[in-house]
Amino acid sequence: MDQLLQHGLNALMLGGTYALLGIGLTLIFGIMKVVNFTHGELYAFGAYMMYALVMLLGVSFFVALPLAIALGVALGALLELVLLRRLRAADIDTTMLVMIGAWIALQNAEQLAWTGVAKSISTPFPAAPLVIGPVSVAWNRVFVLVIALILIFVAYLVINRTKLGRAMRATFQDRDTAALMGVRIGNIHTATFALGSGLAAAAGALLGPVFVAYPSMGDLAAAKAFAVVILGGLGSIPGATLGGFILALVEELGAGYVSSGYRDAMGFLLIIVILLFRPTGLFARKERVG
Amino acid sequence: MTPILQIRNLSVRFGGLAAITDMSMEVREGEVLSLIGPNGAGKTTAFNAITGYLALTAGERVFRGRNLKGMRTHEIAALGLVRTFQKTSLFGGRSALDNVLIGLHLRARQTPLAILLALPYVAREEKELRGEAEKILAFVSLEKRKDELASALAYGDQRLLEVAIALAAKPKLVMLDEPVSGMNPSETASFMAKLAEIRALGTTVLLVEHDMKMVMGVSDRVVCLSQGRIIADGTPAEIQRDPEVIRAYLGERYKHVAGAR
Amino acid sequence: MKAAATAAFVVVLASVPLWLDNAYFLHVLIVTGIFIIAAMSLNLLLGYAGQLSLGHVAFFGIGAYASALVSLGFKLTFPFEIEVQAKPVWLAMLMGMLAAGASGWFIGRIAFKVRGAYFVIVSISFVEVVRLVAVNWVELTQGPMALNNIPPLEVWGITFLRKPANYWLVLGVAIASYVLIRRLVCSRAGRAMVALAENEPLATSVGIDVTRYLVLAAVVSATMAGAAGALYAHYVRIVDPDVFLFIYTVTMVIMVITGGKGTLAGPVVGGLIFGLLPEGLRAAAIAPEAQWIVYGLLMVLVVYFLPRGIVPAFTKIRG
Repeated sequence: MDQLLQHGLNALMLGGTYALLGIGLTLIFGIMKVVNFTHGELYAFGAYMMYALVMLLGVSFFVALPLAIALGVALGALLELVLLRRLRAADIDTTMLVMIGAWIALQNAEQLAWTGVAKSISTPFPAAPLVIGPVSVAWNRVFVLVIALILIFVAYLVINRTKLGRAMRATFQDRDTAALMGVRIGNIHTATFALGSGLAAAAGALLGPVFVAYPSMGDLAAAKAFAVVILGGLGSIPGATLGGFILALVEELGAGYVSSGYRDAMGFLLIIVILLFRPTGLFARKERVG
Repeated sequence: MTPILQIRNLSVRFGGLAAITDMSMEVREGEVLSLIGPNGAGKTTAFNAITGYLALTAGERVFRGRNLKGMRTHEIAALGLVRTFQKTSLFGGRSALDNVLIGLHLRARQTPLAILLALPYVAREEKELRGEAEKILAFVSLEKRKDELASALAYGDQRLLEVAIALAAKPKLVMLDEPVSGMNPSETASFMAKLAEIRALGTTVLLVEHDMKMVMGVSDRVVCLSQGRIIADGTPAEIQRDPEVIRAYLGERYKHVAGAR
Repeated sequence: MKAAATAAFVVVLASVPLWLDNAYFLHVLIVTGIFIIAAMSLNLLLGYAGQLSLGHVAFFGIGAYASALVSLGFKLTFPFEIEVQAKPVWLAMLMGMLAAGASGWFIGRIAFKVRGAYFVIVSISFVEVVRLVAVNWVELTQGPMALNNIPPLEVWGITFLRKPANYWLVLGVAIASYVLIRRLVCSRAGRAMVALAENEPLATSVGIDVTRYLVLAAVVSATMAGAAGALYAHYVRIVDPDVFLFIYTVTMVIMVITGGKGTLAGPVVGGLIFGLLPEGLRAAAIAPEAQWIVYGLLMVLVVYFLPRGIVPAFTKIRG
């Protein structure tokens, strides 16, 4: 029972960050219909920015975090403006290829800049874990969960309570009509990509200090983000949130009770199985974002 | 005349919306039957439901004695029921000849294994198919454009190519969805002549059309659909005088016009 | 005219081991050739049948592993007791192709149910699952410690151990693959695949069975990729789970799309460029990461300026 509780708790920490990754991707995938291969790189970018700010520049941890996220948003906007703008009318393979090219370039740039050695980022939290009855949880993980939940809530607010969010939802439902109603599709795309990338960077900035930062960390994160999107249905923030926690739980239980080596396979197996039975995702509600 | 297609109590609902309600009609072998009705009456929906592109909520379709229930779209086409699409639908990136060659799919026998082993009959069949495709293109007067990209053809020619593709599949009943929409009067007139030729070959034609002149000119019978229901079924002359039809098209105010004919 | 040029090209290619002194470069050509075979097979599924499959290296790897395992013999205790004695390599290679083809069938059936971008994700997930199985099912695959000492192909008394022999073997298989794909594509089956990729409702309206032709494309494509994998296994004679890395699928995709998807020469041209390019960059003594960055940027540039690929752009200029 205790083991189960511990697994559940661990799943909560991871789930929050998976949810962030998933929400970011579901917005990009849903609104822009782009299979975003750079999503993982933004995750790694967030982690590396924390490293640079905290370890190299001596910035305070709590200041570095929002800064790293902001940098992620900026990078996302930059990528959209430079790469994707011109591809508006292109078919899906062309866009995919450009995103793959960008992914290769980004990951290797990261490798070049920071070398392949994993980097650890120190946090201001006490090393001794918080013990609640039979379970223990590290302070920094609690912090991660709290911030993740806050950011999820913020994302939800942006999409559902702001003018920008409304424009994004309209674009998701029917791009042409939205354009006719005066929505500047180009700006919406840039905002969406920036927002989604920011969330990925946030996930990286949060998890980087918990684990370590290394150049290919983004690959697995991207894969999990896709799993979450499929679990939760395209464009659905509650779906992606729920999906993130479900995936984390499945991974934790799988690793604990089946085999830890296959931990990462859980997400993929889940994807395959779900898509076989529900080819558009588990909680997919058509034509809705938010 | 035997019915080649029988529709009984066909209904199609989308959630709360009834697109087609209790539609019953038949198409007799060898005739040209036109399906008319104001916009949104459900004509294309009926086409989609009959040929398996849309699921039925209720009803039966019997084609040449076979119940079409549960059959997939390509299986229905293989039985000899071929339809065209309301919006111009072609293999745009291929030449006109290739388009018709694709339409000839069912007429070829090559199996994948034979193709990979390059058995001699494959090459022979390819030659035959090419000749057949050229003949079909000539039938719609497009033989000079056979190597042109389908997407580069003039609009009227594209619509003719669509019909050519459908004919290539050797249908017993061909369902044409607004084949002359967007065509100018001279193109429409030459299409009407083509229709007569198609019919002379023994192919039954079910037509959805808005162009009344064409409908009255080519049809043996006309069925009028309004708001998902059949409101009239008869010869062109009968339909023209039918008060329900006039009301559907022109509204209540013109009902009295019927008596004037 | 074109036939003569092609024949001359093939003759030149065949003569290479006779005059090329550099063993390393010959090795590069062999590996490039193997990748070109895989790229041609991907082109059938991606370029002609229009399926956004990003899991192609799964077929390659399955072919490699299956062939290696059958040629080495293996023993399992879980999930059931099974022992397979080492078999001759040519038989092992056929088994490899069969295993790959079977997984192709599986993917083909999925492709029919799951469409578009979702299929991309399923295909990526499939490879990852296979890779993780290869890493973790140590009893069968030796996991990261790799399958070693894989025997080379031996037929009619010839052992394909040295590089020139392998070069000719790969060249032969590549030419055979090209011919097979050409036959398929210029036939009724090829037209059916292209039709369903371009306009599926129209294709079904003339009687084309979508599932059948998707599965056909997937099976032929996978079997060919499996053959490439088997060639690889018995040439380098070591196979480890890294063969399933996403980057190899990416390499194949790059070769196909920049060369020109849906054209016969596309994967060959793309394969030669992106197979030989890393070597050219390496020769210029740039750091490996920088090479990849150049790679990535080059991809983006080609896609921007030649959106349909190199071969179609070339044909347009000429025609």
